[in-house]
Amino acid sequence: MTTTKHLLTSVEVARFVANGFHRMDAIVPSDLNAEAIGIMEAGLGPVPYGTPVDEAYEPGSFTRRLLEIPAVAGALRSLVGDDPTVDHHAIHIREPHEGAAQPLHADAIIDTRVDAFDVQLMYYPQEVTGTMGGTLSVPGSHLRRTNESDTGRYQNLRGQTRLTCPAGTVVLLHHGIWHGGRRNDSDIRRYMYKIRFNPTVPQVRTWDVSDLDDPQVSAELNVYHPWSEHATSRLEVYNRIKMWRALTNNPSFDIDYWATRVANRPGRV
Amino acid sequence: MKQQVLVLYLNTSALDADVLAWAYYDGTGKTNPTTGDSDLPPYDTGTEALRDGWRLFQASQLIPPYPGHEYDTSFLKHEFWFEKLE
Repeated sequence: MTTTKHLLTSVEVARFVANGFHRMDAIVPSDLNAEAIGIMEAGLGPVPYGTPVDEAYEPGSFTRRLLEIPAVAGALRSLVGDDPTVDHHAIHIREPHEGAAQPLHADAIIDTRVDAFDVQLMYYPQEVTGTMGGTLSVPGSHLRRTNESDTGRYQNLRGQTRLTCPAGTVVLLHHGIWHGGRRNDSDIRRYMYKIRFNPTVPQVRTWDVSDLDDPQVSAELNVYHPWSEHATSRLEVYNRIKMWRALTNNPSFDIDYWATRVANRPGRV
Repeated sequence: MKQQVLVLYLNTSALDADVLAWAYYDGTGKTNPTTGDSDLPPYDTGTEALRDGWRLFQASQLIPPYPGHEYDTSFLKHEFWFEKLE
């Protein structure tokens, strides 16, 4: 991976831990976006599971140039760490007037890791308008323990994101986030290129930690999402505290005493 | 006689709590609801649906957490099923 200084801040990573995604609008240059449609129409060959990025994509190839965009490289490195491997990649096309949406799901299978996570890159080479079936996602759903499309019963949730975006937008997602391709009610084919990355190093302080003590870090981690039950939202914050402790290697980090209170057992081992 | 089904997910186990999520299935074939087709719920609370003629036929049970999994989060907890017959 290209060395970059475009690392995320602690506040941005905390926002990722709370929301399960990091979005970069129009980050890909227009010439690469123009090239992308042809690449996606032609298709990309499979990448064997676990292939290092530098082996999966040759220097100068379309995907390599996409991943070398400084902001993309920096955000990816901040979240998944150095030298990730490619789990798999795929081109997703929502056909015009195809009639149905995907059921709400998380990719792969239920994945309960707290101290490690995969990152999924979603790249949209064209402008996505409201009727083009832009990806539905549910901010903050990534720590809910559900298996694949068992959430398919849920059609709409308060605070959901029905993606609309300018051309060249990249979204990086936690592996567990609930999402799905929406029904394309337009006359335009909608393209998206997805790459799943696996970490190969501990995901500990992999971003720019110079603002680690910024009070905004706790504020980001403490958000309640509109779709999440009030009582369960407290547990969501508790689980984010656990994740932040792992990501920062700080076992005493806490917000509003949630984790400290329930672990206080004086004189017990 | 055909069934319309409305599923509301509420903020607490009380039927008059706020709607957080929803799904709608239409056995009459007049509409074709699907995932991600609306940002606004059809009702603000469960009781508001009752007042509009929806008949409640199932509600989530209150099940204690499994030992050792008290802090895990998973599916939406407070699910209420309503129907209308047409």
